[in-house]
Amino acid sequence: MMTRPWFLVLLLMAWGCPDSRGTGERLVVTGSSTVAPLMAEIGKRFESERPGVRVDVQTGGSSRGIADVRGGLADVGMASRALKAGEEDLHAFPIARDGICLFVHRDNPVGELTDDQVVAIYTGRARDWSTVGGGTGGAGAAITVVNKAEGRATLEVFLAHFGLASRDVRATVVVGDNEQAVKTVVADPHAIGYVSIGTAEHSASRGVPIRLLPAGGVEASSERLADGSFPIARPLTLVTREEPAGLVRELIDYARSPAVHDLVRELFFVPVR
Amino acid sequence: MSRSAERWTDVLLVRTLRGVAVVAAAVVVAIAFFLARESWPMLAEVGVGRFFTDASWHPTEDEFLLLPMLWGTLWATFGAVLVATPLGLLSAVFCRFYAPLAMARTYRRLIELLAGIPSVVYGFWGLVVLVPWIRRLEPPGPSLLAGVLILAIMVLPTVALTADAAIAAVPRSYLQAAAALGLSRWTVLRGVVLPAARDGILTGVILQTTRALGETMAVLMVCGNLVRTPSSVFDPVRTLTANIALEMGYAVGDHRSALFVSGLTLLALVAALVAAAEWVSRGRVHG
Repeated sequence: MMTRPWFLVLLLMAWGCPDSRGTGERLVVTGSSTVAPLMAEIGKRFESERPGVRVDVQTGGSSRGIADVRGGLADVGMASRALKAGEEDLHAFPIARDGICLFVHRDNPVGELTDDQVVAIYTGRARDWSTVGGGTGGAGAAITVVNKAEGRATLEVFLAHFGLASRDVRATVVVGDNEQAVKTVVADPHAIGYVSIGTAEHSASRGVPIRLLPAGGVEASSERLADGSFPIARPLTLVTREEPAGLVRELIDYARSPAVHDLVRELFFVPVR
Repeated sequence: MSRSAERWTDVLLVRTLRGVAVVAAAVVVAIAFFLARESWPMLAEVGVGRFFTDASWHPTEDEFLLLPMLWGTLWATFGAVLVATPLGLLSAVFCRFYAPLAMARTYRRLIELLAGIPSVVYGFWGLVVLVPWIRRLEPPGPSLLAGVLILAIMVLPTVALTADAAIAAVPRSYLQAAAALGLSRWTVLRGVVLPAARDGILTGVILQTTRALGETMAVLMVCGNLVRTPSSVFDPVRTLTANIALEMGYAVGDHRSALFVSGLTLLALVAALVAAAEWVSRGRVHG
């Protein structure tokens, strides 16, 4: 009698660790929440052209994409950044380019912020919109600094561009994904945040009351990103553990081919050439 | 039905129940085991002390201060329970003793509806309505207070419905006896009904506390998620659950392990709560 519960425990644990490595014609793609919507669309189109193939796209962040590929849980990982030092063992394939832009509520009159002003805001040296020329209430309107949670690729790219370390940031609110950042800024006219240009343009085009701020004198838009003039850019990357072959190779080649450029543009990213 | 057939169904029932009970218990054990296994690297290498003494929570830079989030969880839960318990109790008393029958029935349905609203909806409502309202009182808005209020609304139905059921289960004879003594309605409530229903009410309070401890999505949306021990109710806080939800997808190595320690801490909190409840109810109700 004593052995039975333990047997069940073991059974449950075995059940809890699914073997999601594709059996036959199933590809598992996991990683960045920025890349996932694009990869899901690409996957659908790939499936429709290759009957019998299933592309399973799961989100969870760039780090998860890297970890899953390393651990063999996913066939392809998604990362919204280039590979870092210590990740040279993996193979990376850029499929699109994305930018990160600062954004505020539509009613916030602030114009352009210099890099120094952005650093001042995010390190807590500038606490009031009147010191950087914006805010709806004029003087006395405290800046709500929206930052991303530790480990997010967007945060890493943002910090690297402005030469900040994570511990220097004095945030008011910490958010998770891009969508939550947008919602937080929409709910607070004194807030400033940063998201993927793709997300920001997509939201703004649907009438969400946000305004994208230029960076280094360059307007934040997918056109400026495409001509290479927007300064805060990052590659959206597919990652594999081994040199891809077979179906994985086909999916990666497809994701980089002109056949999906319309999908890339639809999500306000820039296709690779 | 023949005796043997009867016995056969009995045996089947007992076996099924036993199996289900074992599975339910095994799930808890498996989860606890899994949490302990995943957090072990961290606990063994880094030690428990550093979760309380490190300078800050920057897990990618080897700083693992969990303490502010423990406080965040405890304060948010405590505040929510403090707000929701009297409200829930009053709501149950109103429903059973003061409201006309038709109104009581409608009111109960409404409370049940409140219990069924998904937490992300509460969170969104909190972000769009509650947080701007608090910002007008005292910026920045996303705060411990917002978390407390949202949690209080979310757990209110739990305590209201269990208290309602507990009051309904008070034997009629008690009420009749009290009425025969000519006691006023308030005296009956205070002296007879509430003491008799105490066990059920306490269960409701514990249920709502565990629910408040474990709530993630709504809290994540309204609390601001800043890792800092709050010094006032208007300060942003991060709870242990929000910490896991925010960072789990992005965490690798020690960072991931540290998040499992958050989970293990939560489990320990709930276990302590259940144990305390057991102890309290034994001392008071059956003593």
